[in-house]
Amino acid sequence: MSAGVGQVVRVGDELPPLEIEITRTLIVAGAIASRDYQDVHHDAELARQKGSPDIFMNILTTNGLVGRYITDHFGPAAVLRRVAIRLGAPNYPGDTMVLTGTVEEVAAEGAELKGDDAAGKKVTVRVVGANGIGKHVTGTVTVSVPGGAEGVGRS
Amino acid sequence: MSEQSGGDLDARLKAYEGRAAAVAGVGKDRVNEPMIRHWCEAMGDRHPAYAGPDAMAPPTMLQAWTMGGLSGHSGHTGRSQAYDELLGLLEGAGYTSVVATDCEQEYLRPLRPGDEITFDSMIESVSARKTTKLGTGYFVTTRMDVRAGGRPAGTHRFRIFKYAPAVRKPRDPEAASPSTEAAVSEASTVSRARRPRPVVNRDNAGFWEGVARHRLLIQRCDGCKTLRFPWLPGCNACGSLGWDTVEASGEGTVYSYVVMHHPPFPAFDPPYAVGLIELTEGVRMISNVVGVPHDEVRIGMPVRLEFERADEELELPVFRAVAAVEGSGG
Repeated sequence: MSAGVGQVVRVGDELPPLEIEITRTLIVAGAIASRDYQDVHHDAELARQKGSPDIFMNILTTNGLVGRYITDHFGPAAVLRRVAIRLGAPNYPGDTMVLTGTVEEVAAEGAELKGDDAAGKKVTVRVVGANGIGKHVTGTVTVSVPGGAEGVGRS
Repeated sequence: MSEQSGGDLDARLKAYEGRAAAVAGVGKDRVNEPMIRHWCEAMGDRHPAYAGPDAMAPPTMLQAWTMGGLSGHSGHTGRSQAYDELLGLLEGAGYTSVVATDCEQEYLRPLRPGDEITFDSMIESVSARKTTKLGTGYFVTTRMDVRAGGRPAGTHRFRIFKYAPAVRKPRDPEAASPSTEAAVSEASTVSRARRPRPVVNRDNAGFWEGVARHRLLIQRCDGCKTLRFPWLPGCNACGSLGWDTVEASGEGTVYSYVVMHHPPFPAFDPPYAVGLIELTEGVRMISNVVGVPHDEVRIGMPVRLEFERADEELELPVFRAVAAVEGSGG
């Protein structure tokens, strides 16, 4: 999964998929790291009382994973500008979520600040995270990719 | 149509739109390295910009800095009385469960250790009562402005579904055989599920009688001759109660459309396209677009009426894409 130095980002490019094992540990660690103590994200018994078959991943963790998927691909200089997600099928323990992405838009960015040569790109990626029961997340991420006029740096 | 009590509650909930959800909230912790590191460990995120002395926080942590944690926000900061009242109203009406459905964030500048976070948010919208696979309830959308050291740092739109859970059948695939049988019988129920029945009353009975004879009938005002669809007791243009009907030719175009993916309902097989069809007579109606993959439906696409039998009791007007005529470029 590398967008090599000098590689051109084009509309329609597909990002390599990222598989995330949905463990109980990931769900709980993500909930606590995001300061979300809703019982449905750590207490299976209370989750069942509320009509859910088990604990499930909170939206902040999904948001964090989607952001990571994009910056993992575009490299250390990539900066997230916008993340918009919608949740569908919950991520329950034992499932696997596969994140996939398609480049939807590539725009010049910062030309007025850096001059045309140094201008980065603003790349918008459509992201889908599918698990065993459906689409857990759909959304779009806009990321700034600085560097050469066409290239995406990755060390 | 909502029932009486639902309608009353809808109006009371709607009144909260535009009111503050959080006023002058202050993040419980300044942006700090340990919380950043714990986040990155949980997410498996090894982005180098998020580590070291010049670290920036992962932008997706935006909301985490505003969370009340176990002890919650208190006093005059954080959650507003209006937001508590709104959630209280929903709880009191039996919509006790909550799930987050949407999160839209924009990041204006990086957050770094030491930044003090402040925030305000407002109740942007409260939906009408909706039924999803989870149950019945209301979507509540809030929009938050987040500042760091007093300067705008990001915006955060968040939508929750506050609902009364639907009665759930066993679904655990690892459970013992009894629930496997339950799952199988649930599956066979699904395959036999029937589409919802139309509510036929004296105002629209003529339409359904037309459908039964494979005629799509549009109402026409006796007074001003304006066509109208769907069927209504009176004319929107002149108020006249007299009318007759015109049979639609069946030709039309896709005026707009949506593709249904989620949530799935038993009688439907997503994804499928729902079109707003503009008939050549000028009125529009909502129907299925068939004969074309759901992702190839387009605005302006010509369609032609046909009648589709859903089951032994129900026939519905649907619209089939008319194959594009070849040639004649330019």
